[in-house]
Amino acid sequence: MMKSSYDVVVVGGGPSGSMSAKLAAEGGVSVCLLEKDRDIGYPVRCGEAIGDSGLRKFVEPKESWFAAHLNSFSMTAPNGTSITADFTSDKGYILNRRVFDYDLARLASEKGAEIFTRAYVYGLIIEDGFVRGVKLEYLGEKKEIRAKIVIGADGVESRVGRWAGIRTQLKMKDMESGFQYTLANVNIPQNRMDFFVGKTYAPGGYVWIFPKGDGIANVGIGVSGTYSKEKSPRKLLDKFVKEKFPEASLLTTVCGGIPCDKPLKKPVKSGLILVGDAGHQVNPVTGGGISSGMTGGWIAGQVSADLIRKNKLDEKSLTVYTEWIHKEFGKNYSRVYNIKNAISQFTDEDLNNIADKVKKLPREKRTLTRIFSTALIKKPLLVIDVIKVFAGI
Amino acid sequence: MIVITPNKCDFCGACVAVCPVDCIDLKEADISIRHDVCIDCDLCANICPIEVLEPIYDEK
Ligand SMILES: Cc1cc2nc3c(=O)[nH]c(=O)nc-3n(C[C@H](O)[C@H](O)[C@H](O)COP(=O)(O)OP(=O)(O)OC[C@H]3O[C@@H](n4cnc5c(N)ncnc54)[C@H](O)[C@@H]3O)c2cc1C
Ligand code: SF4
Ligand code: SF4
Repeated sequence: MMKSSYDVVVVGGGPSGSMSAKLAAEGGVSVCLLEKDRDIGYPVRCGEAIGDSGLRKFVEPKESWFAAHLNSFSMTAPNGTSITADFTSDKGYILNRRVFDYDLARLASEKGAEIFTRAYVYGLIIEDGFVRGVKLEYLGEKKEIRAKIVIGADGVESRVGRWAGIRTQLKMKDMESGFQYTLANVNIPQNRMDFFVGKTYAPGGYVWIFPKGDGIANVGIGVSGTYSKEKSPRKLLDKFVKEKFPEASLLTTVCGGIPCDKPLKKPVKSGLILVGDAGHQVNPVTGGGISSGMTGGWIAGQVSADLIRKNKLDEKSLTVYTEWIHKEFGKNYSRVYNIKNAISQFTDEDLNNIADKVKKLPREKRTLTRIFSTALIKKPLLVIDVIKVFAGI
Repeated sequence: MIVITPNKCDFCGACVAVCPVDCIDLKEADISIRHDVCIDCDLCANICPIEVLEPIYDEK
């Protein structure tokens, strides 16, 4: 039964919300997680790629989470030149997020977190400048739940921060308009992730093909908000799929927005913490936000439990969270954000040239150092950075 | 005014993220715009991946 107060209320049941709930519950405080949809983990608005190290840091991976194991990636330039390279220091997976998100929520509930679905949060209780709980509609009934700390894990569509006065609106240039099909009947290598870059494929973004086993693949596109008005993601993806996979059937169709901004400078207010997409905790070049969202939740849960024990809920005390995020990935993502801005200057011609140069290296020598030393390339440092970012290393 | 094409929305929230005045309400399978608050900036229409939102203005 839903109670009228908890130490921590988490809004949103994605990876960042479940991690927040799990860690807070482990810290010995009472936790409730509210998800607006009827199901945790569904619909899946995600390409579902994750690196091993980004996952293992928080949870012991389970085979049932994985649709495919990855050991390499390829990047195709607008002129069709493909560069394939092996992952050297990490390996990757394509998740079944339906299973994975569910399991993360289960882990949180095992630690004592109470989870409610069909619980739509529509406002905050704010008193004396402190967030003191949430207003929600649960199965059609209006309710209030009081909390010492509210954790906003409400995804790209986050409003929890705005209600408390944090500016979380994304600029068009820092937002990717995404669209994805899960296709059946596609014949692709099962251990490689493929990216297609350049304005012809996806202006200010990329097209991805991620294998999911049994001839199934996530094939999706992200187009920068700068271009999405003229260049419809759906139309671009339809063209791509028609050319590459004329035989395919569509098993799933989803839309999605991807925040490709720097992490929020101040993701806290008195009594409130924002995590995951809600805190813009996404790698701004790749758009990957599962593991950084989990990191955000991992930190937010611990900080919440600790500060509730000390009864220090003011904004200043909560900056512990902000600083920890900055150390863990915020600083790096701010650097990646600058790389994103530099890449956005690349013309299709530049991308073709770079691909052609890297292609000349034999595959086993396509290591980062080697690519680095081919100073022939127009903007060598940047290329390294880009590849590092994609390979998650 | 932004007009929502019926039965087309996927409820992904991309439009909510870019709205400068937070006037889009999105539930599990329900979207609405508070037109009294909306400033007709069209950003929501421009980010929507599947063209659900259509800016329609009378030429007066
Ligand atoms: C097309 C696409 C492809 C992507 N591909 C990848 C990829 O391959 N790898 C990767 O790492 N990342 C990818 N991402 C990004 C990744 O999906 C997100 O960064 C990640 O899901 C963020 O987790 P989260 O917990 O912060 O938010 P979410 O997973 O979005 O969860 C937020 C939850 O909050 C709920 N919610 C929202 N508002 C309310 C409310 N008012 N009341 C109650 N509940 C609410 C939502 O229903 C949702 O379940 C992709 C994103 C998109 C759109
Ligand atoms: S961006 Fe488009 S599909 Fe997504 S919620 Fe808004 S109107 Fe619906
Ligand atoms: S037109 Fe602008 S203000 Fe109106 S709903 Fe769309 S984004 Fe919000």
